[in-house]
Amino acid sequence: MRNIWAITYKELNTYLSSPIAYVLAAVFIGLAGLLFSLSLGGSFPEATVRGFVGPGVVLLLVVGSLLTMRLLAEEQKLGTLELLLTSPIIDAQVVLGKFLASFLIIVGMLVLSLYFPILLFVFGDPDPMPIVTGYLAMVVVGMTALAIGIFSSSLTSNQIVAVVISLGINFILVITDIASRYTSGLLADVLRYVSVSAHTSDLLLGILDSRHILYFLSITVFFLFVTVRMLESRRWR
Amino acid sequence: MIEAKGLTKYYGNFPAIENVSFDVKSGEVLGFLGPNGSGKTTSMRILTGFMPPTSGNAEIGGYDVVTKSRDARRLIGYLPESVPLYTDMTIRSYLSFMGTLKDMPRAKLRSRIDDVIDHLSLQDYADTYVGRLSKGYRQRVGIAQAILHEPPLLILDEPTIGIDPRQVVETRQIIKGLGGTHTVLISSHVLPEVSMIADRVLIIHEGHVVAMDKMENLSNTLGGNTRVSIEVRGPEKAIEKALLSVDGIQEVVIEEVTGGVVRLQVQGTAGRPVREDIAKTIVDGGWGLYEMNPFGLTLEEIFLRLTTTEQASLDSDDEEESSA
Repeated sequence: MRNIWAITYKELNTYLSSPIAYVLAAVFIGLAGLLFSLSLGGSFPEATVRGFVGPGVVLLLVVGSLLTMRLLAEEQKLGTLELLLTSPIIDAQVVLGKFLASFLIIVGMLVLSLYFPILLFVFGDPDPMPIVTGYLAMVVVGMTALAIGIFSSSLTSNQIVAVVISLGINFILVITDIASRYTSGLLADVLRYVSVSAHTSDLLLGILDSRHILYFLSITVFFLFVTVRMLESRRWR
Repeated sequence: MIEAKGLTKYYGNFPAIENVSFDVKSGEVLGFLGPNGSGKTTSMRILTGFMPPTSGNAEIGGYDVVTKSRDARRLIGYLPESVPLYTDMTIRSYLSFMGTLKDMPRAKLRSRIDDVIDHLSLQDYADTYVGRLSKGYRQRVGIAQAILHEPPLLILDEPTIGIDPRQVVETRQIIKGLGGTHTVLISSHVLPEVSMIADRVLIIHEGHVVAMDKMENLSNTLGGNTRVSIEVRGPEKAIEKALLSVDGIQEVVIEEVTGGVVRLQVQGTAGRPVREDIAKTIVDGGWGLYEMNPFGLTLEEIFLRLTTTEQASLDSDDEEESSA
């Protein structure tokens, strides 16, 4: 546990001492704010955060990829992975520590965006449930994107390659929903089941269904597990 | 402390090392000597558990490096060749991070970091970012993290590569100082360095162990101490002729003649009192012997001899095969 926290603490320091996290947070909050304010326009404005959570989910997939592309790729490039893996640490601790650090950054960004719902409560009378489940959706989508990103980062020492792979996997999860419309039968069902939007739409409406949460958690665990195996695989090769 | 048996590592079809066996006793300093690409780093990476051997096995302090990797890794302080460090951390925060990974208790870690920083004279830079340090200082930070948790075994891969000569001397002093209390495995392609630091030398060439022995034994078995440099006042041709006529002297080379004084190199045969023979010949000839220095066989020569004989025997094998 102490090892995981040591890795997390180090990575958090790196995030906070480089511009990447700040720039990403600024762009995320800026775009989310724009989407939020646009959704409040029109002749019948609704007091919901749906306007920014929907596109925000896709935004988080990109943010997650960009946040994590460095995590293992740079260690491989600098050779620091050699010192890391030859210290008496378990590979899983390395992966979990790094995941936790990037997760805390995403949580921080979401906390910064909390002023949208606060504004709604001050000036309107919103239904709290969709707001809670909307934020929950962003948290679990964020986790998924980070896990996919860390996995991609373990594959290569080149950060650009890592981010491209990561975005590729993320977009597969997004476009399967569209693909399902052009297919039918079992294939369509499978494609719809795999897609991110199928699992976020209920959450956006305020319906809390554990199946959807489980979907994101299982993708997260799967990719973190595969990442650990990737690190271990250098011990078999 | 280290016991390696038949270590072999293939990268694809290319054998980086083949059947490398050696052992290092507690408190001993073993020099790993070989040209670049001879398999030093591969061997060290196997010992530190960074990658497994294709076949063979190794134990550190009784723990197998593959099956009991974590226990083995606890005993090792490792400095990889490229000295990989996180450039965005200060020395102190970096050491604190590494100390935590090495399971050091928090209370002890703090005082130990101060000790190590003092020991390696890094006080002035303790709160400087590693990225701003010169190569020599980074090397020291690398050594600092290796000795931080006071491991019984230090594995140092080319610790003096790429730093300036003054820093090389300092780094060697530091490593020499560690020798008394730690078991050290140090690799190098600089030969005098190893002879200066190590108790025993293992010479590796193209993935094979060519020789492993104490320095002086190595130069003796290869016929060391038979080469003598002399300075004589007298006619060079006559001296050369007289020396060559002595039984056991194989070769005489006139190096330079300055104002009637000749400098020569004489190659004798092992097991004969070459220097006495030379002195007697010079005195008998009525010339003046100014100076006489025995040449130990230098490590460069040992190395060349070992690797070229290896090569020569390989070549002759090839010839036998082709003629057969």
